[in-house]
Amino acid sequence: MKARIRKLIQKPGFDSLMASAAAIGIGLIFGLILLIVFNPGKSLYGFSQILFAGFSSAGKFSKVLYQAAPLIMTGLAVGFAFKTGLFNIGASGQYMLGTFFALYTGIIWQFPWWAALLAAMVGGAIWGAMPGLFKAFFNVNEVITSIMFNWIGLFAVNVLLANIPRVLADFYGASNPDRTANMAAANPAAIVPKWGLDRIFGSSYINISFFIAVILAVLAYIVLNRTIFGYELKACGYNRNASIYAGINARRNIVLSMIIAGSFAGLGGGIYYLSGTAQYTIEKILPAMGFNGIPVALLATSNPLGIIFSALFVSYIQVGGEAMQPEYAKEIIDIIISVIIYLSAFSLLLKGFIRRQLQKLARVEAKAASEEEVAA
Amino acid sequence: MIILADIIGATIIFAIPLLLVALGGMFSERSGTINIALEGIMIIGALFSSLFLRSADKAGWGPDHPQLAMLGAMAIGALAGTIFSLLLAVASVSLKADQTIGGTALNLFAPAFAIVLTWGIQGQGQTTINIPTWIKITRESLGLQPSQDPGFWDALLFKSTYLTTPIALIILALTVFIIYKTRFGLRLRACGEHPHAADSVGINVYRLRYIGVAISGFLAGIGGLAFTIAAGSGFQSTVAGYGFFALAVMIFGNWHPVRIFGAALFFALFRVIGSYSGSIPFLPTLSGIKYSQYIYQMLPYIVTMIILVFTSGKSRAPKAEGIPYDKGSR
Repeated sequence: MKARIRKLIQKPGFDSLMASAAAIGIGLIFGLILLIVFNPGKSLYGFSQILFAGFSSAGKFSKVLYQAAPLIMTGLAVGFAFKTGLFNIGASGQYMLGTFFALYTGIIWQFPWWAALLAAMVGGAIWGAMPGLFKAFFNVNEVITSIMFNWIGLFAVNVLLANIPRVLADFYGASNPDRTANMAAANPAAIVPKWGLDRIFGSSYINISFFIAVILAVLAYIVLNRTIFGYELKACGYNRNASIYAGINARRNIVLSMIIAGSFAGLGGGIYYLSGTAQYTIEKILPAMGFNGIPVALLATSNPLGIIFSALFVSYIQVGGEAMQPEYAKEIIDIIISVIIYLSAFSLLLKGFIRRQLQKLARVEAKAASEEEVAA
Repeated sequence: MIILADIIGATIIFAIPLLLVALGGMFSERSGTINIALEGIMIIGALFSSLFLRSADKAGWGPDHPQLAMLGAMAIGALAGTIFSLLLAVASVSLKADQTIGGTALNLFAPAFAIVLTWGIQGQGQTTINIPTWIKITRESLGLQPSQDPGFWDALLFKSTYLTTPIALIILALTVFIIYKTRFGLRLRACGEHPHAADSVGINVYRLRYIGVAISGFLAGIGGLAFTIAAGSGFQSTVAGYGFFALAVMIFGNWHPVRIFGAALFFALFRVIGSYSGSIPFLPTLSGIKYSQYIYQMLPYIVTMIILVFTSGKSRAPKAEGIPYDKGSR
């Protein structure tokens, strides 16, 4: 038993896991301090909501899964590009385009859900390709292109949706003209199926989208770590010039990486707005889901499998944040997440510290063991 | 003619925050640190300067000394921005962390903190801090008679002029001088181009990078206030992506202060055309389309992309930007 624990501790992933855990712990303590500062009387109540609300009922837990699914997808969109050395801050725009493609094909062309989701991936991929193409062929920084295309995408999707009456809610008799149609009225076949999960969980929020997201995360992991293509992508990320020297087509890889990243974000928009419970509202602000992909990816150090868990974590405490309203602003959760990200920025330092402590521990144990041998 | 004056005035007032923040970004990048946290720093600066103006209004001395209150607000914003930016400097200069990660954390922190603090001060759900109207520079505040028949120049000079405008222009001139004519400017640029060479002649790279980031925080803090004034509907815990546009303006201006000014004016002009599209006579009205204003609002972004394609071949980013300086590395 002891030997097994020691083996676990010596695994290379262990200290980074410990570093993340330490960052999360400090972030939560920071959140608790904020709660105490702003409303001391309710602070324990608020903190227990953050920690436990996500598990408090099957309905709340289905909401955690419901929000985690698009977060996994936008997290993958950021993380996958990160592995190729690109900072994809454009997940919001790609998410918007995915939303538009999913709603258009689902409502106007009456596509079934799986086909509409594929269309969403195409939409996101087109928008993701833009920063890749601009970077590969015109050497324009992908951060700037992504930001510009976020806004172009937002305004374009707003104009398009507003001028296609059949996708809007008022076409089906609802009162709000700035909202897209309730999918149940527009095309029930385009709603992501629940496969009976809603009866098990007793909540209309649950559907198979979380499992779709997990499958794609696993696929992304396999592509990055078990294929030549993934190896080439990562090589471009580590050192673009060296990979060009080694005969890798860096331009092609940059564009392909962004296309894949964009299709992930696009699918995120698709699964969220085809859930049957969410309706897109024409607004002037970019969807937060796209930006939240960044902390999700960073928290998992861009590891696709880690992104599943970091998205679950972020979604979990966000549900907790909603539960502590109206006593506290739910933005306290964003503060906690930002503190965690800030600490994970120097995770190397934390990691080194944990490593040294573990080694000290191992030395002490080894010494004790050898002394025992001598005594015997 | 009045509409022309309106457009020029609006262009200037929207160019000022872009100019200030892009100059800030330039100081940071010239020293070798990519400051992606400009957006967050703007929010923090705007938050504290708006709170200052609010308290000046509440205490009653603000309306009597409007420009003094404005100067105080700018100082508070600059101070808050500087302190906040030091968080980025600690992470990316001292601890040598990834600069985009640290910056992203600050960008995430700032709007959430602003909302929480605004709630805490103004009460639940009160998410807007109103900016008092007396901060505007008018004919009266310069001691002139109010004009009987406001014409072109009145519309241009006294419709949307605030203290931030002249101060930003002074800062622009100072920046040109500091970057190109002083020893400090030369050393700062050296740290962004080749920090090891700079170190070898006795320049403290870490110190200069701290200063570069701190100046960017100082300017972005003022820029946050300038944006809040330009937006005109009070502080709502956001600067609507202007920190990121400022990065684009900086790249478009090729890390050169005067060109950054040109880029800021250009970008602001297209933004103003977007929002004034209904009242500009020669633009097509697109009347058959619902929300046609969104089409014009896409303009600045599309135009920027086209221009970046043509200019990025000649783009000269500081060579060592984004790479944490490590004395021991080669």
